[in-house]
Amino acid sequence: MPNPPVLDLLAKYDPLIAEHAGLLSTGIRDPFGIVMEKVVSPTEAIIKGKHTILLGTYNYMGMTFDADVVAAGQAAIRDFGAGTTGSRVLNGTYQTHKECEEALKDFYGMSHAMVFSTGYQANLGMVSTLAGKGDFIILDADSHASIYDGCKMSNADIVRFRHNDAADLEKRLKRLPADAGKLVVLEGVYSMLGDVAPLPELVAIAKAHGAMVLVDEAHGMGFFGEHGRGVYEEQGVADDVDFVVGTFSKSVGTVGGFCVSNHPKFEILRLVCRPYTFTASLPPAVVACAATSIRKLMTAHDKRARLWEATRRLHGGLKARGFKLATETPESAIVSVLMPDQETTALMWSTLIELGVYVNMSRPPATPAGVFLLRCSICALHSDAQIDTVLERFAQAAQMCRLPLLEAVAA
Amino acid sequence: MSDRAEVYARIIELIEPLNAKKVALTEATTFAGDMEMDSLTVMDLVASMEDEWDIMIPLNMLPDLETIGQVADAVHGLVAKKG
Ligand SMILES: Cc1ncc(COP(=O)(O)O)c(C=O)c1O
Repeated sequence: MPNPPVLDLLAKYDPLIAEHAGLLSTGIRDPFGIVMEKVVSPTEAIIKGKHTILLGTYNYMGMTFDADVVAAGQAAIRDFGAGTTGSRVLNGTYQTHKECEEALKDFYGMSHAMVFSTGYQANLGMVSTLAGKGDFIILDADSHASIYDGCKMSNADIVRFRHNDAADLEKRLKRLPADAGKLVVLEGVYSMLGDVAPLPELVAIAKAHGAMVLVDEAHGMGFFGEHGRGVYEEQGVADDVDFVVGTFSKSVGTVGGFCVSNHPKFEILRLVCRPYTFTASLPPAVVACAATSIRKLMTAHDKRARLWEATRRLHGGLKARGFKLATETPESAIVSVLMPDQETTALMWSTLIELGVYVNMSRPPATPAGVFLLRCSICALHSDAQIDTVLERFAQAAQMCRLPLLEAVAA
Repeated sequence: MSDRAEVYARIIELIEPLNAKKVALTEATTFAGDMEMDSLTVMDLVASMEDEWDIMIPLNMLPDLETIGQVADAVHGLVAKKG
């Protein structure tokens, strides 16, 4: 008997394939297919042979080429080899991993640190392991995909509250049984619009309802707060935050994720958290780079000041040129330009890359409320001259794309 | 205390402004299939139903709620349980 016809499981993506093809048929560059042929520095790369200013890499503190960081990685690859070939709980914990966790504990002033292979896995693991059957996870509607996926993976009941809305969080917490375990998940900086959470209000409400609090500081680490721990430090709520999740893929300048906490039973999570246990650990070179970078970030006061200066220059400059921005004032090192629709966003993005400026194009469903964005993230190593070039090119691209701008606002 | 018919009628009112494709709304109408609602719109609708009846509809319940009728049953059940 002949086999029955095979049903193509990829057929469900036909609409997306058509949409993407439609986008490219207008002759623009693929916003999701950029290749960096050469990386010149944290702020410049060669793309299609062209010198390009990088303004969408989250490399906030410019640590990717830091001489000490690179040297630490080279020494580790020489002494420990290219990879661990094993899980953290079997053969995949080297001296380098322990040193990295020590660096995190010192950086955060906390008693426990657990390093994951990515920030995505850190959220996936922490959210799904902390809240189990009968518990509740209460998350901000604009949470990162890794938090949503952690919710999906947990057996808890999932409740969403309106973005950064303390009253809405309270209303939803009130509806939950008083005797159920609760985890409120927040982010210091929301990466799409670059807006900052009102953590004191949100955390106070969470605590008033007996919830534990986890804050994702992916986009806050390195430059918020006295020690660069994140928005939760800057806003003075450290004592009421139970878990801080973060990533090495932004300010730290390499790859990896982590959770730090003062919870006395924290260490047991290493055995029950599946995205930690059932995957290979990071290569020694990566954790060695991370440890060195984290220690340098502790005292990077000048770089922090410079990052804010460059951010204000970009935000103010774009505003003065009539671009609509997602936040009235610069709240973080992410500056998002609001765009009218997919076509204009793609055209504008493509024009900017042709002019030698790389930013991120963001669209639903990654963005909240169906908005289209050109997202810029600033690096402490961007010079004023680079920012001014970017501003010029933005204005030029807007003209070429006939992007309607607001009446010029004085900077 | 609302009865099932009342709940259903009010749900229809809440859905109507989100019914971009203007499909006929019945007990058997599906959110994803017939109305082509994206997941964000569905979650906003859930929030408005929660506020309407002061109930909690966990997001993890949603995969089992495909039709308007199933949602009405679920909301009616949650309202009844609340007493
Ligand atoms: C808020 C937030 N959390 C977590 C992550 C995941 O980090 P990673 O790139 O290390 O997986 C990201 C970045 O992608 C993020 O923006």
